[in-house]
Amino acid sequence: MSAIAAETRLSRLGRLMWRRKAASVGAIVTLLVIVSAILAPWLAPYDPNEQNILLNLAPPSDEYLLGNDTYGRDILSRILWGGRVSLFVGVSSIAIAMIVGGLLGIIAGYVGGRTDRVIMAVMDVLLSFPSLVMGLLVVAVLGPTLTNLIIAIAFTAIAPFARIARAPTMAVKQRDFVEAGRALGFSDLRIMLVHILPNIMDEILVLASLWLATAIRTEASLSFIGLGVRPPTATWGGMIRDGFENMLDAPWLVLFPSLAILIIMVALNLLGDGLRDATDPKLRHE
Amino acid sequence: MTTLLDVKNVSKTFVVGKGFMGSRKAKLQALHDISFSVGEGESFGIVGESGCGKSTAGRSILRLVEPDAGQVFYQGEDLLTANRKRMRALRREIQIIFQDPYASLNPRLTIGRTLAEPMLLHGVATRRDVEEKIQSVLAEVGLPPQAMQKYPHEFSGGQRQRIGIARALALDPRLIIADEPVSALDVSIQAQVLQLMEKLQRTRRLSFVFISHDLGVVRHFCRQVAVMYLGRIVEKGSVNDVFEEPLHPYTQALRAASPVPDPRAKITVAKIEGDAASAMSPPSGCHFHPRCPKAMDICRREYPAWREVGHRGVACHLYPAKAGDAHAA
Repeated sequence: MSAIAAETRLSRLGRLMWRRKAASVGAIVTLLVIVSAILAPWLAPYDPNEQNILLNLAPPSDEYLLGNDTYGRDILSRILWGGRVSLFVGVSSIAIAMIVGGLLGIIAGYVGGRTDRVIMAVMDVLLSFPSLVMGLLVVAVLGPTLTNLIIAIAFTAIAPFARIARAPTMAVKQRDFVEAGRALGFSDLRIMLVHILPNIMDEILVLASLWLATAIRTEASLSFIGLGVRPPTATWGGMIRDGFENMLDAPWLVLFPSLAILIIMVALNLLGDGLRDATDPKLRHE
Repeated sequence: MTTLLDVKNVSKTFVVGKGFMGSRKAKLQALHDISFSVGEGESFGIVGESGCGKSTAGRSILRLVEPDAGQVFYQGEDLLTANRKRMRALRREIQIIFQDPYASLNPRLTIGRTLAEPMLLHGVATRRDVEEKIQSVLAEVGLPPQAMQKYPHEFSGGQRQRIGIARALALDPRLIIADEPVSALDVSIQAQVLQLMEKLQRTRRLSFVFISHDLGVVRHFCRQVAVMYLGRIVEKGSVNDVFEEPLHPYTQALRAASPVPDPRAKITVAKIEGDAASAMSPPSGCHFHPRCPKAMDICRREYPAWREVGHRGVACHLYPAKAGDAHAA
């Protein structure tokens, strides 16, 4: 697909989405969270791992806007740095799930027959596990490292991507330009990647934005139960776990990272819903 | 005239829908013992109503549909037994034009990319001269060079069909399967596209297999024609013979149903009643007998063998079969 094609399609998507206020709010907030995570080293007022026993469980103040945790670490700085981890884990696991699941779905839809039945049966088995249980299982087997965490979360999201890719592939496959490609001697791989994939990308991107929220939640949940990135690296889920014991004395320990998770999840869901509406052919001409 | 394409006894049955655990399979015989041949530079027409298998016949030549039986000789070489590599090479020679100009072009690719892809892949053009070749093929189908940068949705139906023709020409083929190439277009545009195809046939010495339900269009474009009904060829011969003096009652009915551009022409309505039977459960004997005004007893029992009548052939009990058929009329 040429750059021009991507641009015109994305700009059309963007235009349609922009009309919906909620979706644009979601897009702006998501963008802000991403930017602040990227710029964490410059935005964070303090070193996220610097301990100061004198500031143990200190409430929010002018100097430390969101207060300090059990070790006297600055919560604002840890949230900013933690966002880097959460987003990195979320984006990379969804990218993997999108590629693996998307390809499996395209192959299943395009080849059909037995291949289709086998792939989709495996996907159905994967789907039957709740994503947290699945993530738990994979991390427990592979061990809690950053890479394994990404693999585990990717694993939970492969099946939905395979499903979302398969149905439109089957529809596009029926169109004459696919037959024309076969008549012109194009390989199946070329037809799938050059002729089908660009035509089903909208559906996949919508799912990606919705599943990014789920991936971030799964990461936080796994960190909360201690299967996430090892301390002292700041993650939102890990911060909630650390603050859990002191929740009644120092609620800000739990409150602010929870709010961070809530904000990004709501923003991503608004964005995803907006994208879905924008790609819905029934609404396209509104 | 040398024969370019020779289709021999091609049959194809589709398995439609499967019962639980693949138990009950419904079968649809789309093609039954189809034979015809196309000479070099000739246009061969296939007519019939929707669902008669004419599109499947066209697609099975290209192996877009794999026939179950029969042979398709292209310049003496059987396409159906050609291996992958050989088939890929042969695809340069045989191309297809589709009915729906909206579905036949990839909406995500510019016209330039759509045309460049096959040329580069088959080595017909190099990166250096591909643009020049695209422009020349666009000019040949009557489109401006600027069309290269545009997307399919920026064109009208007739223009898109020209692009579809340009894509078919990209590999410099000798035979084109035209599957209802003008039936989705307005009448005025139909004429333009037909003229374009006629011009290409002259200048490039192309052969066509022209599939259509429109007798008028086939009459205009083709020299030889086959009439199909429920997966079988029921009559075959030169366009003049078949349309001027149809032998098979089905052809007669089709002929009568198609308008004649002459106000003084007598209107003789050969009655054709009911719908075509389902190809999943075709009637016994001659498939046409439930709708045939001249049906006889034998028509219900026995499928009529192919008979040669003069230079043409017909599958109908009304005409004497070779070996002294007692039931011949």
